[in-house]
Amino acid sequence: MRATLYKNARLLDPASRLDAKGAVLVRDGKIAEVGPNVFVDAIQADAEVVDCGGRCLAPGLVDMRVQTREPGEEHMETLASLQHAAVAGGVTTLATLPNTNPIIDDVSLLEFVERLAQEVGLVNVHPYAAATKGMRGEEMTEIGLLSASGAVGFTDGTKAIADPVVMRRLLSYATMFGRPVIQHPEEPTLAREGCATEGETATRLGLPGIPSCAEVMMIERDLQLVRLTGGRYHAAHVSTGAAIEAIRRAKAEGLAVTCDTAPHYFALNELAIVDYRTFARMSPPLRSEADRRAVVAGVADGTIDAIASDHNPEDQDSKRVPFAQAVPGAVGLETLLPISLGLHHDGAMPLLDIIDRLTARPAAILGLEVGRLSVGAWADLVVFEPDRAVRIDASKFRSKSKNSPFDGKPAQGRVWRTVYRGRTVFDLDTEASGPRSRRESAHA
Amino acid sequence: MSLACRSTSWQSSRNPGQFEIRDGGCLPVPGSAPYNDALMTSAIASDAAAAPSDGSRYPYRHLLGIEGLTRSDINFLLDRADGFVEQNRQADKKASTLRGRTLINLFFENSTRTRTSFELAGKRLGGDVINMSVSTSSIKKGETLIDTAMTLNAMHPDALVVRHSDSGAVHLLAEKVNCSVINAGDGSHEHPTQALLDALAIRRRRGTLEGLEVAICGDVSHSRVARSNIHLLSIMGARVRVVAPPTLLPAGIERLGVEVHHDMERGIAGCDIVMMLRLQTERMKGSYVPSIREYFRYYGLDYEKLLAAKPDALIMHPGPMNRGVEIDSVVADDIDRSLIREQVEMGVAVRMAVLDALVTNQTEPWAKNQ
Repeated sequence: MRATLYKNARLLDPASRLDAKGAVLVRDGKIAEVGPNVFVDAIQADAEVVDCGGRCLAPGLVDMRVQTREPGEEHMETLASLQHAAVAGGVTTLATLPNTNPIIDDVSLLEFVERLAQEVGLVNVHPYAAATKGMRGEEMTEIGLLSASGAVGFTDGTKAIADPVVMRRLLSYATMFGRPVIQHPEEPTLAREGCATEGETATRLGLPGIPSCAEVMMIERDLQLVRLTGGRYHAAHVSTGAAIEAIRRAKAEGLAVTCDTAPHYFALNELAIVDYRTFARMSPPLRSEADRRAVVAGVADGTIDAIASDHNPEDQDSKRVPFAQAVPGAVGLETLLPISLGLHHDGAMPLLDIIDRLTARPAAILGLEVGRLSVGAWADLVVFEPDRAVRIDASKFRSKSKNSPFDGKPAQGRVWRTVYRGRTVFDLDTEASGPRSRRESAHA
Repeated sequence: MSLACRSTSWQSSRNPGQFEIRDGGCLPVPGSAPYNDALMTSAIASDAAAAPSDGSRYPYRHLLGIEGLTRSDINFLLDRADGFVEQNRQADKKASTLRGRTLINLFFENSTRTRTSFELAGKRLGGDVINMSVSTSSIKKGETLIDTAMTLNAMHPDALVVRHSDSGAVHLLAEKVNCSVINAGDGSHEHPTQALLDALAIRRRRGTLEGLEVAICGDVSHSRVARSNIHLLSIMGARVRVVAPPTLLPAGIERLGVEVHHDMERGIAGCDIVMMLRLQTERMKGSYVPSIREYFRYYGLDYEKLLAAKPDALIMHPGPMNRGVEIDSVVADDIDRSLIREQVEMGVAVRMAVLDALVTNQTEPWAKNQ
């Protein structure tokens, strides 16, 4: 029996609202004991003891919106590099979008991704499947069979499901399998030519704009369909005050609606694109300061359930081009925690609530038994230093792509250790990410 | 301190004014020093550290846009251009400031008049001028903008004149090359030499730009000429109105300090200058106005509408004109009222002044390459 004791930690478990000094005993990869009163007597003499030195210990982060580039564009990100980046960011569970090449719209492809991911085995990887075949927005995929094979949700990735008939049927049909339909909420015809939020900044830069109401229009339409079908709906990366307000009302009404946002929508506003900085080109585009503040308020009051990295690896060829030609998106796995902790350092919300949006809440949306410090659960843990000042350095990212709008910027908070099923997969002191996977060893 | 505040304060150190204008909600007085400082863009400002804008020189290595320039920078270029106007009217038009220097006209978008104007300007200063139309060659072979820039940079040109259909493309290119870069129009962003030549044409007729009422009419949304002119005229103390249907006005245009009108006669009432813009059907995706006929009825400049302006109001157009679309032929050809031909003449002089100033700067210690 292998046992490890993580002692002298500030335990943060949002699911049980625990925020106290204490320890966690891990035995055989599972949590054996947790809390302020883990008695030393209870521990076998051979247990390895890890002194957390007063650092925070929380469930491993659950990132519900991550793009991989494998299969298809492995030079930007593989399922291996993705997992190495994840553990460096304290993430132990992630959900991947189906927008690879080929698109994950079929059971065999889904199982292929699951198998490749398991070979690396550093974190839990749960793929989403495409909601429609080829993400063309026309015919639905085999939602039942894909759910049975492990698809945690259905989405057309970075494309909105535009046709209301298709959306209606998806919402109705997916209810049978309890899986959410995840929308990229942007009215596509209004967004077609645009690459920045319509307004003074876009006008000064001479960039075609997207009116910010393109988001709430799509969400309001979908909410009507949720009302009609009783479907389970999740809006990804909400970024405007109007959309958040619509979701707040829908939740009050009791609809099965959830949403997430990404750190750049609460940490940056549209001024980040001045000088045509393509690393700050996002989809949806960065918003006004008023909208940014609304996102902060939405995360704080829980209207926004989850913070997801919206990790989107892109290479130089996709970004070192004129702004309007640049592919939107940013890598985010390795900045998810420090940028999110900014909300705590700003006094916008308590630390435990931020961890909630990064663990228990997204786990609940995906129906996964992770994101909590409970006895008997797998020991997926992150130990971090919430106040440590860092300067974000994209060149040190483990992700194959370095397109971060936060590169060079100061932040507070860093991961000290990441534990997956009882095994240390990231250790800041040794900068190693655990045993190498079989696949990598074969390549070496 | 909040993360966002931090990020905007980095931003503000690079671009202080935009943030202040947004956040403070009040515009500094156009033409005043804080206003001009406020509009400083980093691409220009990065080279300016050691070279004060004291009016004795144009203190930058590139000309990427009007936004960010000061009144003295603009006056310096206009004064310089005035001299070249006289020189261009002599039989011997040749000077030697650019002797031994190479100028490359790099046009990713078709243009005859701007390219010819730069070519002539370069040659009259004694430089070697090469024209490249990239739209027809490398881009079709998949070469990127940066590849093209690096290739040309390896040939050691002294100045690159660049036109591109994407806003910001010229900024991107300027970061990658060692020579001076002149923006000859990027997307819907800026066309700085056009604004300078417009200013020179007006100044030679009216003596000053200060206090003039200028109406910019037509397709403001797609127009880089409009943006450059709005910046320049505001910096120089003119009052600017824009006149267009709402579908051809970009969102937040009033934040640039202009008065917005949809009724043409009210918009040009009492103004000194009526600047017409070309209806850029080639940039339009979809329908912005129902028909050319309807557009001309409401926004085409004819003598009837012109009655609303001052009796001696001058008419301008950056060309090429769509006769019978945004302007009536007889108005365009009215030698007493139309500045259109003079604008073309001023174009060569202004471009000579810009080339002269930039290439002279290259020998200055403060204008060295980063």
